Amino acid sequence: MIDLDIELAQGTFLLEARVKLVGRAAALFGPSGAGKTTILDAIAGLRTPRRGSITIDGRSLFSSQRRVNLPPHQRRVGYVPQDVSLFPHMDVRRNLLYGRHPGISPDFERVVGMLEIASLLDRRVTDLSGGERQRVALGRALISGPSVLLLDEPLAAVDIPLRRRILPYLQRVRDELIVPIIYVSHDREEVDALADAVVIVEAGRVRGVEEVTRRPQ
Amino acid sequence: MDVWRITWFTVLCAAGATAVALPPGVVLAWLLARRKFRGRALVETFVSLPLVMPPVATGLILLMLFSRRGSAGHLLERIGIEVVFTWKAVVLAMAIMGLPMLVRTARAGFEQVNARFEDVAATLGAPPARIFLTISLPLAWPSVLAGAVLAFARALGEFGATIIVAGNIPGATRTLAVAIYGYAETGQDSLAFALILVSVAIAFAALWTANRLVERSAT
Repeated sequence: MIDLDIELAQGTFLLEARVKLVGRAAALFGPSGAGKTTILDAIAGLRTPRRGSITIDGRSLFSSQRRVNLPPHQRRVGYVPQDVSLFPHMDVRRNLLYGRHPGISPDFERVVGMLEIASLLDRRVTDLSGGERQRVALGRALISGPSVLLLDEPLAAVDIPLRRRILPYLQRVRDELIVPIIYVSHDREEVDALADAVVIVEAGRVRGVEEVTRRPQ
Repeated sequence: MDVWRITWFTVLCAAGATAVALPPGVVLAWLLARRKFRGRALVETFVSLPLVMPPVATGLILLMLFSRRGSAGHLLERIGIEVVFTWKAVVLAMAIMGLPMLVRTARAGFEQVNARFEDVAATLGAPPARIFLTISLPLAWPSVLAGAVLAFARALGEFGATIIVAGNIPGATRTLAVAIYGYAETGQDSLAFALILVSVAIAFAALWTANRLVERSAT
């Protein structure tokens, strides 16, 4: 369970987010500039709220009251930012292994197989296509053994046919690795395919949470 | 023969000075590029001071610090190290004069590195020192190298601080710049001219290399 209650000021922009997420995948849904990425940054520890608390499965990442503020490298969040940010000076394999922690990380071969990136391991990241980059970035985050996966518009940079091809990978991650996912999205189709809760974010506030009822397949 | 001995001695000292300036210079460059801390503007100004101060004044300050009566010189003398008027003073003067070139160039390199790479590395569990060594430094490497080459080139031509703190002792502290001045003063124009040619050649090669490196890091 992810329990978020934060207030974060960024210039003149004020974000107030109060939400409890119990499902396997939650989508942050709303117009651009609403504060969705800021919420991910706060969970990852890249921005510090001025007050509030962030708890994942009972583990406190941030609490202004108890003066807890874990640095990003101790939070165990797998963050895939919108611009992907594969390290350009490393090949695919070294990117994937960058965050591996023996004992915590899931099996390397399993993740590589699941995302179908085995044939890319020795490639330079500059030679990858958009969809390949997306999968490698996802794999890199997963191999770090995160307790939550944060995805910022994972499918925004790829065209619609490719989107349909990547979605199943995300569904597999959700169902097989049992890592809860929080992701930012604009796209209703994407939300319906992946999320069991939709968090509506508008003008720096959480307007509500909708349960997604999926038709049995 | 003297020409080559002086050239070799100067190149060695400049290389030593660059090596001495490199670790603190790179750390300072990174701190100035990435961290907000109290006294940042002060550190920034202080590092660049040798760039604009009269080198002779810098030399005098070093002389006061490192002579036997100076605080640093006193401590070093206790462990048997004498700096002033030895090759060590040449290296010291060159390092201080080269430091601003190194810090300014390397800092620009660190600033060019997309901070998102460092953010992502942190979320993957890398502590700050590992991020610096595996992400920031390798990505800023061409600029760091360019800064080192510029510092080396600046060190080669160092005159004002060197002559104050190291003097002009043939075979012990006489560098290219100091020797050119000495030969010109005593009317040995052909020797002075030979050293000038050597200086131009080395300076040209160093600047050319540094510019290529900066170009490479910008693409």
